[in-house]
Amino acid sequence: MTKKDTEISFNLVSRNKLDELSSQEKLQFIIKEVKKGKILVLEYGLTPFEQTNLIEHTMKEIEHDTFIGVEMEGLGQDRPSFIQKLLGFSKKPRVTLIGPANLLKTIRKDNDMIQTKIIPGRGAK
Amino acid sequence: MGLFGKISLASILQRIFGKKHAKIGIYGPPNVGKTTLANRILRDWTGDIMGSVSEIPHETRRAKWKRNVKVENGSSSLLMDIVDTPGVATKVDFKDFMNTWGLSKDEAMRRAKEATEGVIESIKWLEDIDGVLLVMDSTQDPFTQVNVTILGNLEARNLPVLIAANKIDMEESSPATLKSAFPQHPVIPISALTGYNADNLYTTMVSHFSKKRKKNRR
Repeated sequence: MTKKDTEISFNLVSRNKLDELSSQEKLQFIIKEVKKGKILVLEYGLTPFEQTNLIEHTMKEIEHDTFIGVEMEGLGQDRPSFIQKLLGFSKKPRVTLIGPANLLKTIRKDNDMIQTKIIPGRGAK
Repeated sequence: MGLFGKISLASILQRIFGKKHAKIGIYGPPNVGKTTLANRILRDWTGDIMGSVSEIPHETRRAKWKRNVKVENGSSSLLMDIVDTPGVATKVDFKDFMNTWGLSKDEAMRRAKEATEGVIESIKWLEDIDGVLLVMDSTQDPFTQVNVTILGNLEARNLPVLIAANKIDMEESSPATLKSAFPQHPVIPISALTGYNADNLYTTMVSHFSKKRKKNRR
């Protein structure tokens, strides 16, 4: 394994940065970074619609030898208040981890913990 | 013939208070038994089947549907269009089909490409359904991102969801884990393969999917 293969970027993305982006911009940002091999930790997660959009976008971007998809896990959910529900807000995961599926592998997840493994060189290259 | 002719009191009440016809999508990750369950429902109520099943993931790569499947529960019934959707996944690696399932490279690449198109098709169908039968494998960890994402999406749309905790014929199954993981939705343990507890599923389908709800669109 070369030195380059052993170096993995972990980017923590603030809630402020995410709030500045529209849904479309957010998805483009995530896919662009993940396709570069970066693992992102979003301080505040995606809405359910953004999550399904991300899956849809990911499927369109899959390339057999370079990008096999994403691994995505969110921790917990903020339950919307009654007023937020009336205004159309839905549940939103708090911290979300997103990375290339060839690098990041979820071992176990429950309401309180996400256990993952980073496996350099795994999957498509 | 009575006052209302051939129309029964039950059907009048159903017309007033609930749905008579609903489009129900069968959703879930690959290999949880969606098509096996679709085949079970169709075999029990129409004598037909939906499609082929396989141990190799992403066997269903195009949505298939059957119109006007009438499921009865005593005096009430529900006419359903059943949509069997391709498995939803966040990743598709053609090498898995080669290394785990022994497919040739060409075959594996074709299957992977079709699988990605199938996932997109499944997601698009969410716009056009009235309720979801979400199939989960009761031998597996329920907190997968696909399960959580699908459920979150359906809840945001205010669509009725019924969770089928499948594969309870297997020794390691734990439908109780699914029930405690998703207490906000009805969870029905079932074996689509053997038909065990299918009657309970049908009863719940009729009552749950008949309820009137206001759908949220995106």
